[in-house]
Amino acid sequence: MARVFRSPVGMGAAALLSIVLLLAIFAPLLWGERADAIDTEQILRGVSAQHWAGTDSLGRDIFFRVLVAGRLSVLLALTATAVGVLIGLILGAAPLLIGTRAGRVVTAGVNVAVAFPGLLLALFFAVVFGVGARGAVLAIGLAVAPGFARLVHTLTSTVAERDYVHAARIAGVGRVRVLLRHVLPNVGEPLVVNATVVAGGALLAFAGLSFLGLGVQAPQYDWGRLLGDGLNRIYLHPMAALAPAIAVVIAGLAFSLFGEAAARAIGIRTPHVAHLAPEEVEPVGPGGDAVLAVERLRVSFGEVSPVRDVSLTIRRGEAVGIVGESGSGKSLTALAIACLIEEPGRVGAARLEFLGHDLRASDCRPPVPPKIQQFARQSTCRGGSEAAFAGQIAGSWDGAGSWDRGHRRLLGLGMAMVFQDPMTSLNPVLRIGRQLAEVAEVHQRLRRVDAAELAVQRLDAVHIPEPRRRARQYPHEFSGGMRQRAMIGMGLMGSPALLIADEPTTALDVTVQAQVLRLLEEVRQASGAALLLISHDITVVRQVCDRVLVMYAGRVVEELPVTALDNARHPYTRALLAAVPDLDTDRGQPLAVIPGRPADPAHLPIGCAFAPRCPLADETCATNDPPLMAGVACWHPKGGGGGE
Amino acid sequence: MSELTFESVTVHYGPRRRGTTAVDRVSLSVPSGTAVGLVGESGSGKSSLARAAVGLIPLSGGRILLDGRPLGALGKSRPLQMVFQDPYSSLDPRMTVGASIAEAIPRGEPRREEVARLLELVDLPAEFAGRYPAQLSGGQRQRVALARALGGRPAVLIADEITSALDVSIQGTVLNLVRRLQEAMRLTMLFISHDLAVVRYVSDTIAVMRGGRIVECGPTTDLLNDPQHPYTRQLLAAAPRRIR
Repeated sequence: MARVFRSPVGMGAAALLSIVLLLAIFAPLLWGERADAIDTEQILRGVSAQHWAGTDSLGRDIFFRVLVAGRLSVLLALTATAVGVLIGLILGAAPLLIGTRAGRVVTAGVNVAVAFPGLLLALFFAVVFGVGARGAVLAIGLAVAPGFARLVHTLTSTVAERDYVHAARIAGVGRVRVLLRHVLPNVGEPLVVNATVVAGGALLAFAGLSFLGLGVQAPQYDWGRLLGDGLNRIYLHPMAALAPAIAVVIAGLAFSLFGEAAARAIGIRTPHVAHLAPEEVEPVGPGGDAVLAVERLRVSFGEVSPVRDVSLTIRRGEAVGIVGESGSGKSLTALAIACLIEEPGRVGAARLEFLGHDLRASDCRPPVPPKIQQFARQSTCRGGSEAAFAGQIAGSWDGAGSWDRGHRRLLGLGMAMVFQDPMTSLNPVLRIGRQLAEVAEVHQRLRRVDAAELAVQRLDAVHIPEPRRRARQYPHEFSGGMRQRAMIGMGLMGSPALLIADEPTTALDVTVQAQVLRLLEEVRQASGAALLLISHDITVVRQVCDRVLVMYAGRVVEELPVTALDNARHPYTRALLAAVPDLDTDRGQPLAVIPGRPADPAHLPIGCAFAPRCPLADETCATNDPPLMAGVACWHPKGGGGGE
Repeated sequence: MSELTFESVTVHYGPRRRGTTAVDRVSLSVPSGTAVGLVGESGSGKSSLARAAVGLIPLSGGRILLDGRPLGALGKSRPLQMVFQDPYSSLDPRMTVGASIAEAIPRGEPRREEVARLLELVDLPAEFAGRYPAQLSGGQRQRVALARALGGRPAVLIADEITSALDVSIQGTVLNLVRRLQEAMRLTMLFISHDLAVVRYVSDTIAVMRGGRIVECGPTTDLLNDPQHPYTRQLLAAAPRRIR
């Protein structure tokens, strides 16, 4: 809640709300008598120095009456809100308490009630409960309840499916206790915020009911009643009606704005990230037969650099793997190569060449579609934006911007990318064939019919049965493995020189995984494309690649041919190999483990990042970060000769 | 410890005619004090079977017996405990580790001492009891989840893909812990994973599940050395072996 006060709107709303609440508490104590003082000499007077808002038909000061009426208005609004929230909570949480079947009936009832306009319900109940403050409180409370119940139901049913709720139920915790201990605390914030907004609405509704004569009755008075009394004379003495109206507006705004500000503070939690200029270093030498040449690649998010000084070269037709744990920077490296790092991320490199073209020449950043702005954490980029990424790689993102056409064409046709989650990397509302054809239409200027035909051919090439029929289907009609094939097929629409596959098989079953890996191998043989395969699983990389780069904490710690993996020199590579059980692991022995936890890019040690987990670490390791020399970045590599 | 038996258990989602049958007349026995591994792809029904055992989803047919007696409804103290796949959603973010574990401990026991003992059992320092899940790594959370499950004094422990959300370097420590506890406490355990190598490491018996049915079941060494069902052979062929 402290975040509310950081925005100017939130601060203003909080100040306004406290003034309203303080007045509601203290005004009747301070000015109660003056507001009730009858002065028959001063009946129905206009604005004067003595009476700032004039007087009413009994000569009472309207200004003070407005101040004093605040308590009743706010109190009634809050009571009505409390009634509504309580009923809403009970109705909304009912499905959790009484079981699914009975709960469904309650939910259906709530859904019907939500369809009625709130004020209509309030009027209906006001007639049912009779004229008066109590009736009006119940009426507004009941009118508010369905909307609130719906919100409670939606929020709680999300939380109720979490594993910790399941765990508590398995542990024998009762339903009421599960609701009170696990469910409600985890949906509390949005509910409180919404209740505040509801209170603002209730205040207005109450003023309305009182104004119509259905609410507070004389001699009690609230703002609505004062408004009703003053309205008869609005052409003579406008302030008599305006003063209570202004009070209603201010109080209503105070509640609603505070609620909105709180909602915003809870909803958006983007950490502020400062921008850093990328390191600019002049490129060195031409590429030779390299498809991709990267030197000293660095990706930064503010002060944190999850990728540091990564260099790699991929030759034509070569298969290179990058292995590392989550947070090691392997996926960011791939995204940087494909020019898909978004604001606020910064890419710097001494060299970043694809097919001899310097990718840094133009701003290596396509115009950003608004929905993938967030990149503070790698996991957020995995969230749901891969379809957008895939679209960019295919070059179909056509926002105006600084990214020139040549680069788009080069990346769109020359580079293909396959992402981890086949569920999110295809656009769910476009037919598979259309998505593939789009690439050829945009870059190769093929006619629509020809592009569609090419798409069918490519689907056939990636072994999708009945490609003509399948091309007319939507992604949800494809299985995970088939979607991954379709993605590879999309990459083949051009004539890619490089295929980047980021954890392409992690979301797939083992038997399907083997098929997709075999397909990647086959595609590489047939098209001569190079492959950059990124995986956390060293055994997958071992099956497909010629060369492996092992990454730890944003750096390449070892680079070696796959055949040399069993003689890996870096202690991390060796530990990684030993930690994964396979079908030949001795079941009698405990598994080899790497102590400690993976390095956090935000808090890297001064020396070697692996030193805190390394059995060989000594003082040198703690103070000096070893450079990558002769394929290994370690002061104590197996076989000696590393570092210095 | 005691024996868990599934007798032609069926789990069906959705309306009776349409809908899908996730588990189709599965019979399986987890003998007392042993670890049975259940391996299969996603959608094979292995998680549905586990959830049915702990009562999170209703059975459409068959019954689940513990020492020959049918299991009661959810809500009462249950002799089965479960550890979930995702360590990030299996602990209540608003409760301390100690409170989460204490919740599973039967009433009338000294909770503080018991929480400390359970934390020690899973190799975590006792002061972790005061921490919140957000302060813990994935591996540490999974240990806490294990401690909570053991706190319920389960007759049978069910582990559903407990290492698949963890990094490879962390996976090893959790697997070692599970194995050590299983052997030391003679736990009866149903260990579920899609990874044959992981299941092989932990289990005495392996059951292979596909399309809601168990296609093959046998002692770990026999099943791996001499697979009978073509699907088991396929799984074996797909699992990577160390090339030496």
